[in-house]
Amino acid sequence: MKCRQQATVTTPDGQVGLAWCLPVLLCWVGIASAAEPHWAYQAPGDVDVPSVSLSPSGMSAVEIRNPIDLFVLSRLQREEIVPLGPAGRETLIRRVTLDLLGVPPTPSDIDRFLADRRPGAWERLVDRLLSSPRYGERWALPWLDAARFADSNGYQRDGRREAWGWRDWVIAALNDDMPFDQFTIEQLAGDLLPGAGIRERVATGFHRNTMANVEAGVDPEEERFLAVVDRVNTTATVWMGTTFECAQCHDHKYDPFSQKEYYGLFAMFNSTEAEIATAGSRRDFGGAMVRLPRSPYETSRARAAASTLQRLTADRKRLAAVLDDEQPAWESLVAERAAIPGWLKKILAIGAKRRKAAQVKRVRDYYRGLSADWTRLASEIKRWEAVVKRLAPATTLVMSELPRKRPTRLFERGDFLTPGESVSAGVPAVFPTLEPRAGQAEIDRLDLARWLVSGRHPLTSRVIVNRHWSEFFGRGLVATREDFGTRGAAPTHPGLLDWLASRWIRSGWSTKSLHRLLVTSGTYRRRSDAPVTLRERDPGNRFLARASRRRLPAELIRDNALSIAGLLSDKMHGPPVFPVQPSGVWNHIGVASNVWKTSQGEDLHRRGVYVYWRRTVPYPSFVSFDAPSREVCMVARSQSNTPLQALALLNDPVYAEAAGGLARQAAARHVETDPLPAARWLFRRATGRFPEQAEADILVGRFQAERARLVGDLQTTRVLLKSWLGRTKGSVEPADVSLVAWWHVANVVLNLDEVITRE
Amino acid sequence: MIDWEWPCAVRRRAFLGQGLGVAGLAAALCADDAAAGLQARATHSRPEAKQLIFLHMVGAPSQLDLFDNKPALRKHHGEECPAELLEGQRFAFLGKKPRLMGSPFGFQRFGESGLELSELLPQLGSVADKVSLVKTVYTSEFNHGPAQVFAHTGFGQQGRPSLGSWLSYGLGSLAQDLPAYVVLVTGLTAGGGSSLWGNGFLPSVHQGVRFRTKGDPVLYASNPSGVDRRARGRIIEDVVSLNRLRLNRVSDPEIATRIANYELAYRMQASVPGLMDLSHETAATLKDYGADPAKPSFANNCLLARRLIERGVRVVQLFDQGWDHHGGIATNLPRKARATDRPIAALIRDLDQRGLLDQTLVVFGAEFGRTPMLQGNRGTSGRDHHKDAFTYWMAGGGIQGGRVLGKTDDLGYFPVEDPVEIHDLHATILHQMGVDHEKLTYRHQGREFRLTDVSGRPLDRLF
Repeated sequence: MKCRQQATVTTPDGQVGLAWCLPVLLCWVGIASAAEPHWAYQAPGDVDVPSVSLSPSGMSAVEIRNPIDLFVLSRLQREEIVPLGPAGRETLIRRVTLDLLGVPPTPSDIDRFLADRRPGAWERLVDRLLSSPRYGERWALPWLDAARFADSNGYQRDGRREAWGWRDWVIAALNDDMPFDQFTIEQLAGDLLPGAGIRERVATGFHRNTMANVEAGVDPEEERFLAVVDRVNTTATVWMGTTFECAQCHDHKYDPFSQKEYYGLFAMFNSTEAEIATAGSRRDFGGAMVRLPRSPYETSRARAAASTLQRLTADRKRLAAVLDDEQPAWESLVAERAAIPGWLKKILAIGAKRRKAAQVKRVRDYYRGLSADWTRLASEIKRWEAVVKRLAPATTLVMSELPRKRPTRLFERGDFLTPGESVSAGVPAVFPTLEPRAGQAEIDRLDLARWLVSGRHPLTSRVIVNRHWSEFFGRGLVATREDFGTRGAAPTHPGLLDWLASRWIRSGWSTKSLHRLLVTSGTYRRRSDAPVTLRERDPGNRFLARASRRRLPAELIRDNALSIAGLLSDKMHGPPVFPVQPSGVWNHIGVASNVWKTSQGEDLHRRGVYVYWRRTVPYPSFVSFDAPSREVCMVARSQSNTPLQALALLNDPVYAEAAGGLARQAAARHVETDPLPAARWLFRRATGRFPEQAEADILVGRFQAERARLVGDLQTTRVLLKSWLGRTKGSVEPADVSLVAWWHVANVVLNLDEVITRE
Repeated sequence: MIDWEWPCAVRRRAFLGQGLGVAGLAAALCADDAAAGLQARATHSRPEAKQLIFLHMVGAPSQLDLFDNKPALRKHHGEECPAELLEGQRFAFLGKKPRLMGSPFGFQRFGESGLELSELLPQLGSVADKVSLVKTVYTSEFNHGPAQVFAHTGFGQQGRPSLGSWLSYGLGSLAQDLPAYVVLVTGLTAGGGSSLWGNGFLPSVHQGVRFRTKGDPVLYASNPSGVDRRARGRIIEDVVSLNRLRLNRVSDPEIATRIANYELAYRMQASVPGLMDLSHETAATLKDYGADPAKPSFANNCLLARRLIERGVRVVQLFDQGWDHHGGIATNLPRKARATDRPIAALIRDLDQRGLLDQTLVVFGAEFGRTPMLQGNRGTSGRDHHKDAFTYWMAGGGIQGGRVLGKTDDLGYFPVEDPVEIHDLHATILHQMGVDHEKLTYRHQGREFRLTDVSGRPLDRLF
């Protein structure tokens, strides 16, 4: 066995030793298999739910609702930490609604929940939320990050691509609670399934989300190579929590993956159709795509438009023949007239036979243009062509396997110009074996996908469950969500992780039932307002004595504000939308796609998941709140807290508009002289709870001070009415002054930390 | 990613005590990385430079017509390129049998050091004794986008932290009212996009903040219509008071950070427009830079760079688009040189006169260079991308001026002495700023990452 690498060896007790690879030593892979394998490469075994005694004092408030709580409590008792009891019901309904749907509960949702005093109220609430179509829109977000989904190609030109059909597939699959094994197989290899239909093919858009550099002069083979590399790395990170990329260039230094094994995975992704078309030095991105199905109505409209266009084109052809017949007579008539343009006179002076093609055309076009019928037909045709184009079926990118496989070679130093030995498709030896299915010579993507979700793979279920866990609890049971390898973090609750992972497989991979299990635990329902002593005891909340208190993800900050304002559209699916963004943000190189054409009507207020995603310049207020560029796979967004976020919430027009929506609702409830009830309502609409006295005092104080100021400043009042409250004309009444004062209060409230935080 | 294990004792508020008067509010509470992360920090060694200005000429200017004089290339002008040079090479546009192209421009020696520069750079010549050339830089990337990403992140694909983010992460901020890392762009944005100043896996508080040269300099710095500064102040005051009540109730340190950020945002709303307003610069200064406050330009950005440095911004990154001269080099290159030579020289002089050049490292370069071979026809001739040898220069910040490091072959194709990889440049920049490039690391996806990956060595002959 040959070995060129210096290997770092992690022994089972966590000691890291450095071993120079001598001829007598086996390569790192050999060392690893000789010792006890890393925990994550062994299948989860059967785990007994621990029994816990609740005798210690102070535990009386602790909820035990399902087995998760026993795992967590047994660890807490070992750490001698007393967990907090459940949060108030108002906090809980807001927490679970934001977590499951990404939009806040309305005051009436809250009232209904508070009024439900029967046993099982929490479970009923959770079930109601899980059946909302908003669920798929919220849970698509982490999957779109992992899948590096975007509406543009990335790199220099960063032109547009049409891929939203795949995004809609994800939202629908989540809402349908498609089992995760099927969810996986269709996305990785739906095109290879026997009898694959449109749905299975659209699903394969997952791996068409790779970037594409179509800068002039780019080598298409290099781009294809990089796309395959990205598919391997993404698959490894998303399903196996493994960073394979080191092995692209050399044997992995820490984990048991050789370079050859890397190219064994590479081989499975190496035989799809080309995606970059070449013409001279020009490059265009494309490749396999499918037409999205249309409704019968759309289909019949498109058919009608096509036949209208056909009829008009035939009419024009007939008319052309008539006009062409008339033309010689007209020519001889007008040749000498002064009223015709000089250029025409010159051409007419040339004998009809001796004219150049361009001249013939110019004269003919001129004569036809004299006919009113001709110009009418021309403009009609132009109009109907646009209609036909608009009604054309949308497309989305898909994977498509070549009839003959490309041979795969190992590439020295990961460079596509230095091919080495031939490699056949295979999976790393540390994992369970994988044989091609019956009738296949070599394993392919479909075999790989089925293997990942066969229930035998030690990583898939753990890795995915851990990511879901982190979305609800703020950190993973394995803190390094992207790395379960020897350099990743050890699980804080290994028994719980394995119990959840095995249970999920046995439950038929139902994501909704996994979510239900997590949020119906007592652990999930704990208070998040922990005393300083508890925070200092466990700053990262590794032992789960409290609930996490977390800022909302970028898209949900906007969704939340628009929802509070009563402006959020519930229209689902379809092409991406272009809400208002500052001008000039797209001052960027590119093909003819640099115009951010702001959407109209309700598309201005659609959910963030539908906002156009341009890789080099994503929607700027999302960027401020840590949305990734979606250039490469991302399974854990960072959570920053910056002054640019304050500027976005204070000044992005969408939040000024949202303040307008919230102010209008408050003003409608401001019927008595006393502004307090409206202030309380407004605050509750945004935070899910009524304000305390000191908070209410500040809001009422702001309302009264602004109203007093605005009475003497009608100019400002008018500007605010016009800009953010949709009032374009009319005189300023006292009620309008109040409305503008409420706008100030709403602007304050929408900037509160609590409003952008799920507590 | 926030490092939650960070000990409380080091979590301090860098921004408090200013503006709206909530001093001391959160001093006793744990902060998160966002606030603690920007506090100015100790360096590994005594820094020569505290601040950095990086001038990136997007598209890649021709080193053979600006910095690296090759008489042999002139002598063999129009001849076919020696075959051994073409072995295994890739070009974006060149034909099969490219011909050599001598520089149509003359070179002369400048200053006491006698630094040799093109006649297109007379102004840079006037500060030649401050400037040192590195003529043998090479890169592994061949197309603009990846090569730009490589020049700023040390890696050819997007997703790693940029040099400026590493410096912000490693050194923290010196500025009270501004971010630590500011980006200014003339022309179209470089193909690498915001990855060129991205934070990668570092906390996003370290990302470069792109100031715009028209419209709002910082996005969302202007109040919505109908809101003036006093109204904004009242609103922020209430936000802060209400956040403080919530902080007392739930004791989450993130709220303290958010309060601090609302205050910095309020100060930035005040400081940013003043910063961008050049109308108070003297006529002599404007003339020296060739800046016109009414018209966005590279010259304005050079002047802004000095103003940002004066205000304590750690890293100022300038991009100037329009140097990709595949054709028409005889007219396009002089045009670009005229637009940049004067302001760059003025910047060096201005920093020097204000005593800022000693603490400010100025770096000039691009994603790659251009070929010794001609591309296109006579009259419209230009040069193709060249990754094997091109020129950077550095000034100020402890760099000895008037020196030349590295030597290329007679045709300017390959280095023959002292090849310098991009990681060496990065190591040099970090070194001058008191940072050991091997010690500035961040743990991500199971391993320690650093800007210089597994290589890099400081170019100590420039110090």
